[in-house]
Amino acid sequence: MRTKQAFIAGVAILAAATMTSAVPGGGTVSGKVTYEGTPAKQKPIDMSKEPSCAKQYATPPPTETVVTGPNNALENVVVYISAGAPDEPPPSQAAVLAQKGCRYLPHVLAFQVNQELKITNEDQTSHNIHPLAKINREWNKSQPPGTPPISDKYDKMEFIPVKCNVHPWMHGTFAVMKNSHYSITGADGGFTLPDLPPGKYTVTAFHESYGDQTQEVSIAGSETKSVNFVFKAKPY
Amino acid sequence: MGKLFAIVLVIIALASAYPIVTHMYVMPEDVSTHGHQIDEQLSDTMAEAGISFLLAQFVLAIFVWKFAERKDGGKLKNFPGGAKIMVAGAFILVGTEILALGVFGQRAWANVYFTPPRPDALQIQAQAGQFAFYFRYPGADGKFGAIYPDKIDEGNQNYFGLDPANDIESRDDIVSAELVIPVNREIHLLMHAKDVGHSFYVRELRIQQDFVPGLDLSVHFTATKIGRYEIVCTQLCGLGHYNMKAYLNVMAQDDFEKWVKQKASEL
Amino acid sequence: MEEASDQQAHVHPPPEGFLRKYVFSLDHKVIGKQYYALGLLAVCIGMALSWLMRFHLVWPTTRIPGLELLSKAGAPGGIITPEYYLSLLTMHGTLMVFFVLTNAPFAAFGNYFLPIQIGAEDMAFPRFNMMSFWTTLVAFLVLILAFIIPDGPPISGWTSYAPLSAVGKDAGPGMGWGMNLWAISIAIFCIGSLLGALNFIATTLDLRAKGMTLMRMPICTWAWFITSCIALLAFAVLLPACILLLLDRAAGTSFFIPSGLVVSDRLQAHSGGSPLLWQHLFWFFGHPEVYIAILPSMGIVSHILINSMRKPLLSARVIIYSMMSIGFLSWMVWGHHMFVSGMNPFSSLLFSFPTLTITIPATIMTLIWLGSLYGANIRINAASLFALGFISMFVSGGVSGFFLAQPSIDIVLHATYFVVGHFHMVMGVASLFGVFAGTYFWFSKMTGRMMNQTLGQLHFWLTFIGTYCIFMPFHYLGLVGNVRRYSSFVDDFMGPLMPLHKFITIAALGTGAAQLIFIFNLIYSRYKGVPAPENPWNGTTLEWSIPSPPPWNNFGGKHPIIYHDPYQYDVKGLKGDYIMQDSPEPSAG
Repeated sequence: MRTKQAFIAGVAILAAATMTSAVPGGGTVSGKVTYEGTPAKQKPIDMSKEPSCAKQYATPPPTETVVTGPNNALENVVVYISAGAPDEPPPSQAAVLAQKGCRYLPHVLAFQVNQELKITNEDQTSHNIHPLAKINREWNKSQPPGTPPISDKYDKMEFIPVKCNVHPWMHGTFAVMKNSHYSITGADGGFTLPDLPPGKYTVTAFHESYGDQTQEVSIAGSETKSVNFVFKAKPY
Repeated sequence: MGKLFAIVLVIIALASAYPIVTHMYVMPEDVSTHGHQIDEQLSDTMAEAGISFLLAQFVLAIFVWKFAERKDGGKLKNFPGGAKIMVAGAFILVGTEILALGVFGQRAWANVYFTPPRPDALQIQAQAGQFAFYFRYPGADGKFGAIYPDKIDEGNQNYFGLDPANDIESRDDIVSAELVIPVNREIHLLMHAKDVGHSFYVRELRIQQDFVPGLDLSVHFTATKIGRYEIVCTQLCGLGHYNMKAYLNVMAQDDFEKWVKQKASEL
Repeated sequence: MEEASDQQAHVHPPPEGFLRKYVFSLDHKVIGKQYYALGLLAVCIGMALSWLMRFHLVWPTTRIPGLELLSKAGAPGGIITPEYYLSLLTMHGTLMVFFVLTNAPFAAFGNYFLPIQIGAEDMAFPRFNMMSFWTTLVAFLVLILAFIIPDGPPISGWTSYAPLSAVGKDAGPGMGWGMNLWAISIAIFCIGSLLGALNFIATTLDLRAKGMTLMRMPICTWAWFITSCIALLAFAVLLPACILLLLDRAAGTSFFIPSGLVVSDRLQAHSGGSPLLWQHLFWFFGHPEVYIAILPSMGIVSHILINSMRKPLLSARVIIYSMMSIGFLSWMVWGHHMFVSGMNPFSSLLFSFPTLTITIPATIMTLIWLGSLYGANIRINAASLFALGFISMFVSGGVSGFFLAQPSIDIVLHATYFVVGHFHMVMGVASLFGVFAGTYFWFSKMTGRMMNQTLGQLHFWLTFIGTYCIFMPFHYLGLVGNVRRYSSFVDDFMGPLMPLHKFITIAALGTGAAQLIFIFNLIYSRYKGVPAPENPWNGTTLEWSIPSPPPWNNFGGKHPIIYHDPYQYDVKGLKGDYIMQDSPEPSAG
């Protein structure tokens, strides 16, 4: 499951990289996000209420609010340029959130302001998508099986918790970004923000449970600057 | 046309009664210690109501058959005894029915609601929220941790709003999406609503009780048969109401203990 | 009371102009027709909604063409979402209970015939009367507005239980402005109904013609009078309840919301309220409301039965006293809606007894109707068929009440289709049968033309058989434990019940389609019907003593004098086997 997610995230990054107005051959910020301390256990999700989903798993899938990798790597962290880069128009491709096996794929979906968001239901049950937006417009819609994808756009930058009212364990995050310079950490906690023109940038790392951290970085030419983030993990 | 009315009415009455008389549609088999009383009460009422229903429809049919569009030109007459006999009849007939069903029938209700749970009943907390049930067992310490609504974090499986960081009693609380209980042991279910009104309904247990936000309610019951039964919500609670359900898993005592151990090890 | 007719010294001129005559009319007859038209519109919408629901329940993945136009979010690709199903359900219930069952048998026929039957020129307060209709119309429009706003109609059912209805948009789609509109609409409706009820009471007490003692009033006048007394008290409770609900929603009060509720991951900033308070207030109104719906139909049916049987009931007084005791008892039974709601279990017992006791007056009435048929010569026509159908339906819906009145049985049947079957039969169908009977009976008086009998009787047979096919099986579903208000049946448990659900849906679509015959008949007979004489049914009450349709001031400026009890049938009169109430000829008895 996790590899598939990493794959999707990877595709998203690739897609983002090829579509932006960024400078090819510019500078790069890369690094690793880790945690220190004891993170909460990933607990198995009991889906017995929804048999059509439960039967898709040999062992119950784990919770994804904190996902860790080897060497204290922290997954699902959105690393992005929060200041220093201009706002960019959205790419033409849609960002896709799939609901499959009563989970959100991917758990964290990043896309740009005004980029088309498509939500599909691949399950045999009716889902409900309720992005709990505070800055953007909040909505709450059901998607019965067999209905067309739900399309939407967000016009302001925001990290939006997403939940399914019908299946309480389904939680995810929308990261609405102002530009194309963002990356979501995979199992190794690594990220890369390429194609940055020379300049001063603020790099921010956001994790849905642990909040955000920022660092300043200056890029000159086509150099690669290394930036690492360390989050404090709590067992509960 | 009056005769047609009578025929149609008799057919309707018989067709309506047929599925009842042949027990075509009956509730699933009762697996509780108290349910048989409710079932008996239901079938007694069915007998009395069914007879009243058929009698009234037949009398209506017969009278319309006989007295509609009469061609005999005979004099109109009144029912012998007039209104008095009707009033007296209604008082006697229905009065007895009320006494029989109303008074004696309350025993079934009393047995469910007026007897307190046994002191050794197994306490389990049920929480209803949009749109799932979760169940909490007190764990090894025998105590439920306190609930802090602001700590609820469903993505992280903290459905009840426990605070294990500060509240030691909550650390060993077992939370389950299934209501797992041992067979033949009384269960005292403490009911807690997280958001809006819900209800706890298990057909096989003959139990239905609303969850009311802000009100501490409880039910107690004993399941007598091992098996897996459906718990459904019967109080309109929002868009996912139709899909708000959980399972009641009645196990042998040994299996139940194993399950508790296994759940505790996952903590 | 008898000097009431002398006081009408001043004579109003007839109204001039289209607006004054037909729109903002003060004439109780026009207002009665307006209520009827509103009820007809509401019943068409309500029935269409029930079609959509029934269709969705058995064919959940079949697209309904065009439905997307009504609501894109509610029916993406023509497939109804769970929340939209609940929206349909809420609107169906609200429209039917308030705008059909309260309006048609009570406000529509009551407005038209109550003043005539007591020999009055108009209602006591004609302006109030106009106001109550227009207020009701505003309530209707506000409710319908919920279909158009982006939030959509509310999803909390016609009972709008708090806190679901009180916490605002976090509770789900439709619970933002949709729910506000519902509460505002019902509050406005309450005002309209209160005005109407006051007017009915004042009219009945003050404007009776000379000789029209209370016991000489026709049974349906009595029914409307008793109903207006109930309505005056019931809507006076619902109105503040709706206001409190609106305050909880908009002003941050906590009448119905306790502390610590987390809805859609958000901790609600309320504390100290009680969800049960809403249920008590609502059902304190809600149960009498059932009798507001059924009592007028009981009166209308009695009125028509007597005329069709050509002989009086065994005792009209007993019927009137039974209606009074039902009205009285209706105030102490509301708790039977709340047996498993967490109310003190002792109070369940207390509520159970008066509920069972209501069976006594109801049985007395049934026995009187049945016993009166004995030895009669029943004329069969569309009106009398519906009246006879009413008795059958009232019995069928009534016996199931016997189950639900017992708390122990309610444990298993509460919130199942058994309840749905019960109240649809006794409050919905029975009451509508009264309206149908009344329509076929009084259409001639209201329009001056006879209603087509062939179409009318065809309509009866299809409706009578059809409604049994729909609502009897509901009871069976309930006996198995099929829960109501589910937008789809996702359990294996439901598999064996689906054929029955399909049967019900097909019956509902068919019976619904049969109502088109009725609507066609209404329109056709209005323009092409045979012109009606003054007294086509050889009736005895005052409405048959004036032309069809009546002149604007009913009795042409004359003041009728009443000589007889209302139902002098089976006698040797000058015109036949009956003597009119205002005929000075001596009564044979």
